[in-house]
Order: sequence, then C-alpha cells, then structure tokens
Amino acid sequence: MSAAPTELVVSPLITDEDVVRVRKLVRDQLVALGFSLIDQTKMVTAASELARNTLRYGGGGRAEMVLVQNVGRRGLSISFIDEGPGIVDIAKALTDGYTTGGGMGLGLSGARRLADDFNLESSPGNGTRVTITKWKPF
Amino acid sequence: MDRIPILRMGRLLLVTIQVDMHDRLAMTLQDDLTTRIVKDRATGVLIDISALDIVDSFIGRMISNTAAMAKILDARTVLVGMQPAVAITLVELGLTLEGVSTALNVERGVKLLQQESEWD
Repeated sequence: MSAAPTELVVSPLITDEDVVRVRKLVRDQLVALGFSLIDQTKMVTAASELARNTLRYGGGGRAEMVLVQNVGRRGLSISFIDEGPGIVDIAKALTDGYTTGGGMGLGLSGARRLADDFNLESSPGNGTRVTITKWKPF
Repeated sequence: MDRIPILRMGRLLLVTIQVDMHDRLAMTLQDDLTTRIVKDRATGVLIDISALDIVDSFIGRMISNTAAMAKILDARTVLVGMQPAVAITLVELGLTLEGVSTALNVERGVKLLQQESEWD
C-alpha cells in the first residue's frame, strides 16, 4: 500500500493503459487516506471517466493528484489536464446525454455527481482542466 | 494481445472478468462474445463482474451493447455478481443498464437462463 500523497503525484494519460494506471493510483491514495469503500468506488469511477475524456477529447494529457486540507477535514484532489481543443459550450458539455464523441454523454456530468467538489476550466484553443475532490472528516 | 477467456457450458457462455479492463480490451470482449454466440449456438450469456471494483460508463455501455447484440442473435444476457458499491456508483453516474438482466451470482444466473429457455 502506498502512503497518502504529501506532494503532487503526476501520471501521464497517453494510452488506454494509462487510464487503468490512474484508476489504480487513485484507489491506492484513497485507501491510504482511509476512505470508505463506497467513496473509493465513486471517486475511482469519476477519475476513470475524466481520464478517458482527457485521452479521447483532449488528445492526451496528465492527471495530478494532491492531498488537500481544510478546517476539520482532508481530501484527495485530482486534476485532469490537457492542451486539446477545449470545450466550446461548457453548460452543454455538463448535460447528461450530451456527447460529441459517440459516448453516452455521462462522463463529465456523472463525475460531477460522484465527486464532492467539481471544477472545470476550459476555453476553445486553451485546453481543459477538470478538478475533482473527495473530502473526509478527520 | 490480451483477451478475456470465454467458457462454454452447454448452450451457455460464461465470462468472468478478473482484470481491470482498458477500453480496447472491453471492445475485444464484446466482439469475441458476439462471435462465440453464433459459433457455439449459445442461448445465454453470463457475465460475472464480481471481481470488478468499478464499472464506468464505457464498460457499462459495452455490457448494454453486448446484451443488445446477443438479443438480436437470440441469446439472453445475465450480468452477475455486481458489488454493492459498484451498483450505488452506477446509479449515481446515471447508468441504468437497460435491457440487461441481473442475478446475484453465477448459480442464480444459470437458473434464470435455464428457466427462460424452458419457456421458449
């Protein structure tokens, strides 16, 4: 079992296998932080959706994981970063069932529901950064 | 290339997914299963996911599509062994796995398929 991340953990997202690797990394971090099985499952699933988006729509990129702290709680924050074409209509992209890539259109909206915090920064030509966080009381 | 093995039991096909599948592997399994349904004249397909820690939208879609293709090829699909945490997450993700029958374990899945083929 790996220790909880005290510094940034960066994992590339270039191939299908990298998505599997990120799932495993996220799982290890959540286990080390003592998250419940349900919270682990939700966060790993959300990470899998976003990692795939980075690969399919962003043309590849990376995932960055970091331990975050707040008053009385700590959590795991994961960013999915690409330098791809960016998202033209963010509101639309966050709608259930909307897809430009032939998927189910549940990746972004589903990940948003599964995480505690969700933040999306993107503009056409400037790539995309999606950050999700799962919190746990001390 | 990696492949998920497909076992035949009479007219049933059994797949136990025991690895964390990347997307290409999931697509290969879908193709292999539809091919085997025809080749083995299978009437039922059991997909055991008890070893899977997560089912995301891609794997969920692969399972739904496989069930839909199997149906057109006159075979029923039963998904067995889903972990409770996976079920909770799937619903929150927004995946309903429409058209896919489920059973708690392989034994009950086999029973379900045998009952169905008796009614035919």
